[in-house]
Formats: sequence, C-alpha cells, structure tokens
Amino acid sequence: MSEDYNKFKLEAKSSEMLNDENTSSIKIQDTESEVPEQDLYHPKSFITKWIFCQDAKVIGIQYSITAIAIGLVALVLSWLMRLQLGFPETFSYLTPAGYYQFVTMHGMIMVVYLLTALFLGGFGNFLIPLMVGARDMVFPYVNMISYWMYFIAVIVLVSSFFVPGGPTGAGWTLYPPQAITSGTPGSNGGIALMLISLSLFVIGFTMGGLNYIVTILQGRTRGMTLMRMPLTIWGIFTATVLAMLAFPALIVACIMMTLDSLLGTSFFMPSMVQMGEHLKYGGGSPILFQHLFWFFGHPEVYIVALPAFGIVSDLISVHARKNIFGYRMMVWAIVIIGALSFFVWAHHMYVSGMNPWFGFFFATTTLIIAVPTAIKVYNWVLTLWRGNIRLNIPMLFSLAFIITFVNGGITGLFLGNVIVDVPLSDTYFVVAHFHMVMGIAPILVIFGGIYHWYPLITGRFLHEGMGKFHFWVSFLGSYAIYFPMHYLGFIGVPRRYYEMYNSPYIPTSAQGLNAFITVAALIVGFAQLVFLYNIISSIRLGKIAEKNPWQACSLEWQTEYVPPRHGNFGKKLPIVYRWAYDFSVPGAKQDYIPQNVPPSEVPEARTEKT
Amino acid sequence: MKDNLSKLPSGFKGFVHDWASDQTTFKGVPWGKAMMWIFLISDTFIFSCFLIGYMTVRGSTSVPWPNPSEVFALNVFGVDVPLLLIAIMTFVLITSSGTMALAVKFGYERKKKLCALFILFTAIGGGAFVGMQAFEWTKLILHEGIRPWGNPKGAAQFGAIFFMITGFHGTHVSIGVIFLLIFARKTWRGDFDNGKRGFFTSMKSNYVAIEILGLYWHFVDLVWVFIFAFFYLW
Repeated sequence: MSEDYNKFKLEAKSSEMLNDENTSSIKIQDTESEVPEQDLYHPKSFITKWIFCQDAKVIGIQYSITAIAIGLVALVLSWLMRLQLGFPETFSYLTPAGYYQFVTMHGMIMVVYLLTALFLGGFGNFLIPLMVGARDMVFPYVNMISYWMYFIAVIVLVSSFFVPGGPTGAGWTLYPPQAITSGTPGSNGGIALMLISLSLFVIGFTMGGLNYIVTILQGRTRGMTLMRMPLTIWGIFTATVLAMLAFPALIVACIMMTLDSLLGTSFFMPSMVQMGEHLKYGGGSPILFQHLFWFFGHPEVYIVALPAFGIVSDLISVHARKNIFGYRMMVWAIVIIGALSFFVWAHHMYVSGMNPWFGFFFATTTLIIAVPTAIKVYNWVLTLWRGNIRLNIPMLFSLAFIITFVNGGITGLFLGNVIVDVPLSDTYFVVAHFHMVMGIAPILVIFGGIYHWYPLITGRFLHEGMGKFHFWVSFLGSYAIYFPMHYLGFIGVPRRYYEMYNSPYIPTSAQGLNAFITVAALIVGFAQLVFLYNIISSIRLGKIAEKNPWQACSLEWQTEYVPPRHGNFGKKLPIVYRWAYDFSVPGAKQDYIPQNVPPSEVPEARTEKT
Repeated sequence: MKDNLSKLPSGFKGFVHDWASDQTTFKGVPWGKAMMWIFLISDTFIFSCFLIGYMTVRGSTSVPWPNPSEVFALNVFGVDVPLLLIAIMTFVLITSSGTMALAVKFGYERKKKLCALFILFTAIGGGAFVGMQAFEWTKLILHEGIRPWGNPKGAAQFGAIFFMITGFHGTHVSIGVIFLLIFARKTWRGDFDNGKRGFFTSMKSNYVAIEILGLYWHFVDLVWVFIFAFFYLW
C-alpha cells in the first residue's frame, strides 16, 4: 500500500473507485459508503441495557456467561464420573444409570451448549461487528431473540435433571433404538426434553447465524475486503456457514425422534422384542438416524475447531509481532476444511454395519482433510519462526494449542482408517482422541482469547500470576488426563463403562491409571475455579489496561472508548487501508500499523500490498 | 449507489470483483434480502433431510406402500377421483405465488392500497391451502384410519412421514399467512411510506420487506411442488 502511495499518491482502493478511470485523484474518504448508517436502538433502562439488550457486545457476554455456567455443570459431572472410575470401591453415590446420564449430559453440554455457543455466540457476537468495522450486528433485535432462545434451550436442558427418570442416558449421540427404549435411563421425559432443547438451540442459533453471515458479507466498513479480515472472522464465518447447513440435519433428526418417542411413530425404530413382549414399533431404520446425526455431528467438530483456528492465528500473530505466514493459504485452508467436512460424516459409523465400500470412501475423504489442516499447522509454526515472541499468557495458550492439536490430529489418522479404527472404536483411545482435538485444543484457544480480549471488555488485565498457574496446571494436567487414556484404549478398555469389574483381559495397571487420571482431572478442575475467580476479581482489581494494550492492528482495538460503547466506533466508522497483520514492517517507526492508519501517515513503511 | 451498480463489471469478472471488494459482497442487496436468501438455503437443507428420510423409509420398508391414487382420492358424487383435492390445493398455492409477485410489483410502484390488497389475496390463498390440508388430514385420520403410528392400508411409516412432512410444510404456510396478514395491515396503514417504526423492533422499514416476504412465500410454494411430486406422484 505504501509503495502505491509513494508512486501514485493512491490511498486505498474501494470497490466504487475501482470502476473509475482516474482512481488516483479520489480519496476513499470522499466516496459515499455503500452501507447506510445503521439505525440503532439505544437502551433506555436497566432492562434494555443489560437484559433484553440489542448491543452485540452485551449479547456476546450474555452468551459467554450462560455457556460457561452450563459448562461448569458439565465439568462437575466429569468429576463425579472420574471419581467413580478412579475409585469404584470408595464412592458409591453413582449408579450405572446415573453414570450414563452424566456421560450424556457432559458430552452434549460441552459440545453444543458450551463450545458452539461460546465460540459463535460469545466470541462471534463480541468480535464480528468490532473487527469488520460495523456499528452492530445487522439485525440487533433478532440477535437478542437468538440469545434468549439459547437461554431457554439451556433451561429446558437443565430441567431434564428434575423430571422423573432424570436426564437421558443414551450417550451424547442419542442413538436409537436404545435412546427411547425403556431400560435406558431417562427414556421417558429426559430424552424428550433433550430433543426439544436441541431444537430450540438450533432455532436460536439460526437467528444468530444469519446475523453473523450477513454482517460479515454485507456490513463491512470501507476498505475492509474479505481478504483483509482478521482470520478470527474467517474462522467464525466459515463455522457459521457450516452450522447453517449442518444444524438442519440435527433438527430433522430431533423432530423425527421426538415423534418416535412421544407419538409412537417408527422412523428409527426396528421391530423389537423386549422382556418377551413385541414392542409396537417396527420397520424403521436406526442407521438413518446415525447418518442424519453425523451429517450434523462431523461439521459440528469444525464448527468448534474453525473459530479456534482463526482466533489462535490472530493471537500468535499479535504476540509474535509478525504477520501471519501465508494469510491467503490460511483463509483457503479454513474454507476447504469447511467444505470437506460435509463429506466425511460416515467415518463415525465404520462399525455401524453400513456398506464397507462406504467406509473406503469416507476414509479417503477424511485423510484428505489432513492436508489443509497440516498447512495451517505449518503456517502457525512459520509465523512463530524468528518472531519477536512475547511469552505472555495468550501466547502460552496458543503454543499449547498447536501442540495439543497436532497430538489430537495424529490420533485422528489412526481412527480415520477403517482397519485401524475397528479394533480401536469404542475404547478409551477414541475418548482421548476427541477430547484432545475438539475438547482441550479449542478450550485452550478460548482461554487464550479470554486473556487476550479481557482488557477490551473490561479495560483491565487479568491477573498474570493466577493466569500462569491456570495455564500450566490446565496444560500439563490435561496431558496427565488424556495421555494415559490412549494407552487404556490400546489395551482394550471400553468407553462408557461404569466400572471395569474383574475383566480378565484388562491388566491391573489400568486401574492404577484410572485413579491417576481421576486425581489429575480434579486438579485441572480446581485450576478452572482459580480462572473463574481471576475473571471475577479482575473486573475491579485488575491492572488497568491502556488503549490497545497488546499493540494489535485489528479494528476492535481502535475504538474511541475502551471498553467500546454502543455503536462501537466514534462519529465516523473507521476506514481500512491494510490487512490486520502489519507487524514489524520494515521502515515503520512502530512495530505495528493499525488497519485504519492511511499510507500517508506511514510513508516510510515498506508494506506489501494487501 | 444506483449509478455505481450499473458500472459494475459483469460475468465471472464481476463475480470476482464483488467478492474481492470492500463493504458488501452482494452489491446493492439490502441486508434483509440477503438474510432471507441465506435462511432459505438453510431451510432447503431441512426439507432435503426430511425428503431423504422419507425416501430411505419408503425404500427400506418391507410392507407395501399405500397406493397414492387410492389413499388421496376424493369422493365426488359417488365417484372416487384421484388427486382431485391435491390438484386444487396445488393450484391455489401456486396462484397465491402469482398474487404475491403482483403485490411486490405494486409495492415498488408505491401503490400501497393495491399492494395491501394483493398481500391479502395471497394470505387468503395460503389460508385456503391450510384449510384444505386440514380437511385432507381429517379425511385420512377419521375415514381411512391412518395414524402417525399405524396405517391399515400398508406401511405404518406412511402416516408418520406424511403427517410430519406436510405438517412441517403446513406450519411454514401458516407462519407465512400470519406474516402476510401483519404486512397487509402495515402496508394498508402506509408504514412503509411514512417511516413508522415497528412495534417490536422499533426500526423503520420499506417496501423491500414485501419482497423479502415474497421470497419466503415463493420458497414455500417451491417446496410444496417437491412434496407434491414425492408423495402424490411417486
């Protein structure tokens, strides 16, 4: 850009100016915006400011608080399960039925109600308007409804703990026929509430998702081209597109199973004999549910992973003071991973009894995903290479993410191959794999993101010492939990078992490992409480952060006030002249040039054209 | 804005230009319209999943599927006429798409009374469709004994999948009718001319809202064509 400026005195290219013959004489400031100034509803009372709020930033925080709150429930459930697994003789509060219920609720809450809601609802709402230079989401009212639908979905989910029979214990995949057959815990009320809650979640998410997509596509500020957007936005955008196309399969599966459960239809139910009695069901196809569920379920993995990819790219770039290596490659990798994720779903079904040729096809597509994913990992490492790395907490979490993601990705190569998967499926190897790759890895990014953006939300830093403690315990602790699980899987310990009993094929060392994992899980859980205390106490006690404390380039740090107010920017929306990664530009006085700094202010900087 | 739109390059070059440009990707497309198109893509996936589920169920059932020309026949003066009711329903719904298109046209011509009138015609068409669907359901349930969980004339899944998919589509039509009535009132009152703010959103609106509503309505009609083909002609 600066070279253009020096040669032609050309400030920036806007889509309107490209068509004019004599572009060089027009400055972007003088052109009229394609996007009309947004009419915002300003809050007039406490209720419209903090409860039924239409400001995307507040909605993002509401989403985050709700997601973390329900996530804590899932964390406690995991403790209770671990205590049972680690010390089956000591604790007797949990019945086998209760164990299944806890497994199910833990899984479903973590995947859908915590990770999806936190990444897209939380980070998405807070960051999208700020990062693309918009005043707010394009439909603030719909955005508000979206949060409250999510809130109701969470309430319905929690209420299933209190119905007779308790919540469903069908496993988070909710496979029929067992999910709605008596004998499975919660097969009466619990499963119905779960399905209703999921449907509400999908409806609420659709409202939010339309906002995210339209804001990114149609509401950017002047100069903000798609290829100048921070990778965070690319990750959230692609994940939202995936969600809009994948959640339909989930809601259809939910509706059909609700009818099976409440009306007695037989979409998914084959004819069965129970206790010597022929059930009224017959003729349905359980495999159909699995196809529908995993057509949602696999993209869901990337709905969680892609925002994490995007956010971590920004964290690494900012805290290594280097532009992201291969930005365009990173964008295309995100898009290609997103597209491929719709063609791999049946790799979750190798042992379901489907046609073996299907497995061959899906193994191939699954392994192809490794290519764009590996590109991303190489690019993160190359961004770090010879960077001016600031080893602060967001950076620590980002580094931990790369390692954890590579780890989880490599076990994915084992499970993606049909022949290796068959003996490993339904063992602790699978548990270790998916917790590493879509549990721990994205959560590390969430932590990194919270430490990174907390100063923007509150104007204060989180406490550094507590943060370091939180990081090291969470990082090393999660390896202490999941590394032994790989080994448990290899020796054949099945997942979702309440107790190992005296199975002759399981060596006694497995019990020792289980006890070790339980202790590690309790310690990691404690570190999360420290983190929560840190978040709450730093609102008042944290070190005050000046404007743009990390010296980042992207627009969310360039607002008039910190924390940004309703409407985000000052009287005029910022104008973008460059990408979000102009760090350590040769010739420039500062080691960063924010996106809204025109080339005329930094004529000495030798930037690349972006 | 309008002048700039005509200057945009066309064809593949234009496609690349729009996606590489700043501010908006779909040039000159209002937010609400982009939103409705993206929603409809998502909704397409919902109906596709339903219809694929239907095909799977019908393909895998061991009990024969009931003959549509017998199940859906309408008895007129003692003669069973196959597909009569459904032909009328389809005709009414497709016609309502035509009145909706006219409403959009009159809206952009700022003829608010005509516009409101044609929205009302569309709503009446939609209401008639839902009414006939209710009649068809009653006939199937009361006279032929078909239930979601059973079917005396063949595969049990027939009732389940028929009631589910037509019910889901009927819900779409009913929601559409409600919005049509609301917007007919808003148009008649002149909300789009005098910039009156919405009751819930407290935002101003304009005649683009009619077109957005029209997009939804045409989509619901299009989906019906597929449901019609899959249930009544297969």
